[in-house]
Amino acid sequence: MTDSGGRKIGDVLLKVDNISLAFGGVRALNDVSFDIRAHEIRAIIGPNGAGKSSMLNVINGFYHPQKGTITFRDIARTDIGPYDAASRGIARTFQNIALFRGMSTLDNIMTGRLLKMKRNLLWQALYWGPAKAEEMEHRAAAERIIDFLEIQAIRKVPVGRLPYGLQKRVELGRALASEPDLLLLDEPMAGMNVEEKEDMCRFILDVNDEFGTTIALIEHDMGVVMDISDRVVVLDYGKKIADGTPDEVRGDQAVIDAYLGVSH
Amino acid sequence: MDGIERTSVATPVIGHSRARARLKDADTFPKVLIANARDFPDRPASREKSLGIWQTWTWGQVLAETMRLAAGLHALGARRGDTIAIVGDNRPRLYWTMCAAQAIGCTPVPVYQDAVAAEMGFVIDNAGARFAIAEDQEQVDKLLQIKDAHPGLETIVFEDGRGMRHYAQPFLSSFAKVQEMGRELLARDPGFFEREAASAKGGDIAVMLYTSGTTGQPKGVVLSHTNVLATALNSIELEHLTENEETLAYLPMAWVGDHIFSFGQSYVAGFCVGCPESGATVMTDLRELGPTYFFAPPRIWENILTTVMIRMEDASRVKCWLFKRFMDLAKRVGPALLDKKPVGLLDRLLYRLGDLLVFAPLRNTLGFSRIRLAYTAGEAIGPDIFDFYRSLGVNVKQLYGMTEAAVFICIQPDGEVKPDTVGPPAPEVEVRIEPSGEVLFRSPGVFQSYYKNDKATAETKTADGWVKTGDAGFFGSDGHLRIIDRAKDVGKLADGSLFAPKYIENKLKFFPYIREAVAFGADRGFAAAFINIDLAAVGNWAERKGIVYGGYQELAAHPEVYALIQGCVERVNRDLSREATLAGSQIRRFLVLHKDLDADDGELTRTRKVRRSFVQSRYETLVEGLFSDAVRAHIETEVTFEDGRKGRVEADVAIAEAERYPLDPLKQAS
Repeated sequence: MTDSGGRKIGDVLLKVDNISLAFGGVRALNDVSFDIRAHEIRAIIGPNGAGKSSMLNVINGFYHPQKGTITFRDIARTDIGPYDAASRGIARTFQNIALFRGMSTLDNIMTGRLLKMKRNLLWQALYWGPAKAEEMEHRAAAERIIDFLEIQAIRKVPVGRLPYGLQKRVELGRALASEPDLLLLDEPMAGMNVEEKEDMCRFILDVNDEFGTTIALIEHDMGVVMDISDRVVVLDYGKKIADGTPDEVRGDQAVIDAYLGVSH
Repeated sequence: MDGIERTSVATPVIGHSRARARLKDADTFPKVLIANARDFPDRPASREKSLGIWQTWTWGQVLAETMRLAAGLHALGARRGDTIAIVGDNRPRLYWTMCAAQAIGCTPVPVYQDAVAAEMGFVIDNAGARFAIAEDQEQVDKLLQIKDAHPGLETIVFEDGRGMRHYAQPFLSSFAKVQEMGRELLARDPGFFEREAASAKGGDIAVMLYTSGTTGQPKGVVLSHTNVLATALNSIELEHLTENEETLAYLPMAWVGDHIFSFGQSYVAGFCVGCPESGATVMTDLRELGPTYFFAPPRIWENILTTVMIRMEDASRVKCWLFKRFMDLAKRVGPALLDKKPVGLLDRLLYRLGDLLVFAPLRNTLGFSRIRLAYTAGEAIGPDIFDFYRSLGVNVKQLYGMTEAAVFICIQPDGEVKPDTVGPPAPEVEVRIEPSGEVLFRSPGVFQSYYKNDKATAETKTADGWVKTGDAGFFGSDGHLRIIDRAKDVGKLADGSLFAPKYIENKLKFFPYIREAVAFGADRGFAAAFINIDLAAVGNWAERKGIVYGGYQELAAHPEVYALIQGCVERVNRDLSREATLAGSQIRRFLVLHKDLDADDGELTRTRKVRRSFVQSRYETLVEGLFSDAVRAHIETEVTFEDGRKGRVEADVAIAEAERYPLDPLKQAS
């Protein structure tokens, strides 16, 4: 399904080389290297505690690795803040939803536009002239996302009142609002029922297809991972143990042993 | 039954209105559209939300859009006599397609948008559609699924192309592209639309609507321009509808009601039709648009009331007290005030106060602030529900109609609204009752024929133009028609007492906890019933009672829920015991079904009517259980999920007994 379209997988967009991250004596990541190509869906899998979320946190600048470099769009770095990462075009969602619970869906998505807003607070408070035009432009962008994710009915509902599956969708919407080049999804389907998972899969594929957004995702549902990703990297105890297409990974003995269970 | 019974009543045509004068030369819808663009060029005609903001098209703009579309369809190859299927939710562009198709002599056939591919295939095939205009990817995918099996379908046009970037099929075309082709044709031939429109006559086919098919396969009902125009004109005259009305089109376009309310009447009166953003936003859109004229089947009136009541249960004490106090007052005097009957001064003043504090804010929350006229039809409505809205000042009235009549057979006139009648015949309609009890009618709206089904046409329509409705009913001394049941469903118990299943089911469904009921008893020793609980209402009740449940099936099987439903059944039995003819058909045994009856499983029609014989054979083991001494029955059924996949559900369903009451001679008189 992923290859049926006109989507072309491009050059390397992000490359992580020899990343090592430790919290005191705990080694979360140990000399991990892999790359993400433009327009692909890249899955990071592994058992609990394998270092998947740490890897995403390193990519989006929330953690600072002790060793290794991250090359994003040909610019290498070891250290970056989350704000910088976001302004360079990396957006993410979180394993345990991080939305503004008292704010409406629309307002939550509008916060995703924050980095794109040029006028300062005073202009925005005046809501006049260029600031008004800018606000309208951002509102239109937010509405396009609402339309895309089919959440019109909850546009003005405070996010805290929404069921879990919809909150996940709103969080995806907020990440999309910044028009990212690279979208990091941390367990987008955790805790969802089959129908919600199918919806989420469709949205992830549609985002990838319609906007050409590169997606890196962590997911535990093997069916989903094998279905929608182009390439999969497997971590175990902070080390990379396999990297390749879903079929290659599925057949890899190290992966079967470490993660999918040893077959008898 | 009260006093004199009449077997035949007719209502004369009113025959004078601005619309009638304005449209005296327009005998088809394209001609009406041209007249509207002339008479109301800047008045709103269609509304739709785009990126969260309402967009409006005037009659002038709708004419321009329709002209381009008609010319585009012609350029695409549509010719006189072709059939064009319209598949999607209510969208302005799909309504324009109706008129555009009519303008070039094609027959538009709206298809139920939630139909699964196979059902859609039947209609496309039966109607011989060469073209299909679809709303979005969802509908296009269904059409692509059936296209190979139905090669008659040549071209598919889609309105919203999202997700279809990689669809390379040459027979797919976007709506915008078709209109662009039309623009080019019109540039070469500016008189194209007027010339095409002028060559049609009122007797030509205007539209083909498929009946929902309570029994067997759907039939295509052919209506002429005159059928739709005449009934629309008569009904707007009766209700004084003008170009200033505002409505919301949210019921399926394939349903005759929507075709008349959102297309026929809108064109003839010149009023504006808003389309909701999606099915889920209807309540919000209702509040934003504030329609003056609104139609809803009983189920929707009921859902709205249930929502209000559930929210009131969570409201503060002061609000609850205010609400209860003023609703009691409203129930007593509200309907009388609405009917302009005399009401005491104190009550009048109190009602005013209530309006300020409770009724007006509530109407506003529901989107009924501006409502002048509202209809309900299709099924019986619970008297409590009916009275609730009328006491709030919402002028809800019942009507009786069917596809074969272009809707209107009976309408309740203002001031004569009662919950248990459907009113006297609509203007220019004659109704008579056969000795068998069956209702027959004759009107300018009488359909032409069932498409490619002369046998069914001859069975339904007599040589002198009377149509058999298949409903059993009678006229009261007030000249109002009362419908009891489908004529063929009225049966007898083994002991000979009358058994009217729908009458019993309706009484059961008036309880908010019961969503659907199916009664059995014809030729049996006693009456019994299946009950479907209403998940929202029973779920809320369970929450307040502290009952824990894991899902629908568990809730439905809960002993406390059985006790709750038993209470409802016994109240129905007490009601029945007061009516001599029906006292024998009180319910002795019932069960609560483990799953919702669903149209996807074929248990309901798309308009949510129970397909009795199908349900009976599908749940045969349960029916047998009801009529045995068993306390449980086992059932295994196949269910269809929304995406078309199938699965199996197994359940052990408990059967309960309800108390029955002796015929109550004291109350019988009332």
